[in-house]
Amino acid sequence: MKVAILGAGAVGTSVAELAGEYGHTVTGLADSGSAAADADGIDVDAAIASKSTEDVIGSGDPSDVLDGEYDVLVEATPTTLGDAQPGFDHVRTALERDRHAVLANKGPVAERYGDLRELEADSDGKVLFEATVGGAMPVLSTIDDFGPDHITAARGVLNGTANFILSRMGADGLGYEHVLAEAQDLGVAEADPTFDVDGTDAALKCVIVANVLAQGEREYSLEDAEVDGIVDVPGSAIDLAKEDGRTVRLIGEVAENGAVRVGPRLVPENAALAVSGTRNIVQLETEHAGRLNVSGRGAGGPETATAVLADVGRLPE
Amino acid sequence: MSDSSDEVNAYTIRLELVDEPGELLRALHPIADNGGNLLSIFHERGNLTPRGHIPVEVDLEATPERFETIVEALKAEDFTIIQAGADRYGEALTVVLSGHLVETDLSDTLSQIHQSGNATVTDLSLSAPEGTDDVSSARLRLATEADAAEDTLAAIRDIAAQKDLCVVEPLTAGGDA
Repeated sequence: MKVAILGAGAVGTSVAELAGEYGHTVTGLADSGSAAADADGIDVDAAIASKSTEDVIGSGDPSDVLDGEYDVLVEATPTTLGDAQPGFDHVRTALERDRHAVLANKGPVAERYGDLRELEADSDGKVLFEATVGGAMPVLSTIDDFGPDHITAARGVLNGTANFILSRMGADGLGYEHVLAEAQDLGVAEADPTFDVDGTDAALKCVIVANVLAQGEREYSLEDAEVDGIVDVPGSAIDLAKEDGRTVRLIGEVAENGAVRVGPRLVPENAALAVSGTRNIVQLETEHAGRLNVSGRGAGGPETATAVLADVGRLPE
Repeated sequence: MSDSSDEVNAYTIRLELVDEPGELLRALHPIADNGGNLLSIFHERGNLTPRGHIPVEVDLEATPERFETIVEALKAEDFTIIQAGADRYGEALTVVLSGHLVETDLSDTLSQIHQSGNATVTDLSLSAPEGTDDVSSARLRLATEADAAEDTLAAIRDIAAQKDLCVVEPLTAGGDA
């Protein structure tokens, strides 16, 4: 497959680096201001080296990539809320050209799911977005394999930064601010961790799962989710939970009645849900097969890129 | 994998007894009569619940089937069951509240929870490492009527929102994780 990639952050560059290993050709790579495009395949190493030394991917314009030659467009620009632009228009362009789109960007799938599905219906291209939920973990493809009708509810730990902070606070009795600063030093938390700690990132993932489970019968966006973060959880709350054999985790859930909620929850200390550090987990309640746990690395460049490339592999030639 | 129903497991039942002579013995009959093997009884005499009842914790061994019969028999005798087995009956709920608990009148918070209808606070632990003028946390154990856990949590969310408190809720809906 010929793969064009928009977005040259950790995920976009990892997709470019790994695409060859999966048997694909990268025909374009762009960030918001520069690009390298070539219908026969770009020099990925040179483009990434140029990005890191000169902050310019190549001499081309990002539109050269979007309008250039590819079978599948990988949308890996930063997630935006509301109208989900410019990611949404990138996907629109690909679908209107009857090309496939694979998203790592949560915005279009969480905020404009109906619009996205409509564009797909009018196109010969398909839309896949495994990478938007739980990084490397096969959450959406597992739901797809079981059939959304056979999954009654889902819940899990879907933000590694928040989970790192809560598990560190629990293990060492440290305060929120202290652990956050440490997480930033370690590169676990971004300089602006707002979406991670206020629950928005986990909520977007739950909204995406809710959209997939609802199969168009109901459309969800972020404003349908009830969201609480971990900013106001003091160490004393975690201490009290521990005395009772429990711990606190930021849990996102899509309930059987379709309600989407994210918030700090008491979880038994030895439960599968009480993953530690940056690990993620999703529990699916199946109709005929009990509970299914999918656990692993929920973020990171190569991790998320494997989910993108798994989607590319699922597309028809 | 063995899901066979003749496997004997250990269970804990928490009850609240009315403070009258003979109540403890009366509570043990349904257990012994239905094939439960009593392991230990923790009778907290002198430690009354807010309702003026005496908390009792009974550990026993039984098959899952017999255990269900025992719980049904206790219910039939009108005992207040706070917990049976691994939270199976959802009648005990634990939540942690954090924020300016003291400034926002903790006893008023508790009485609002009581007045919300379906719940009784059976246990309270407070942690205020920064002193009571600062942010503190309280762990509440609540006894709710069967199937009322969701309503109770909704009421607590409302009360917490009024007082700008953070609620750490238990997992719900099959939430044994």
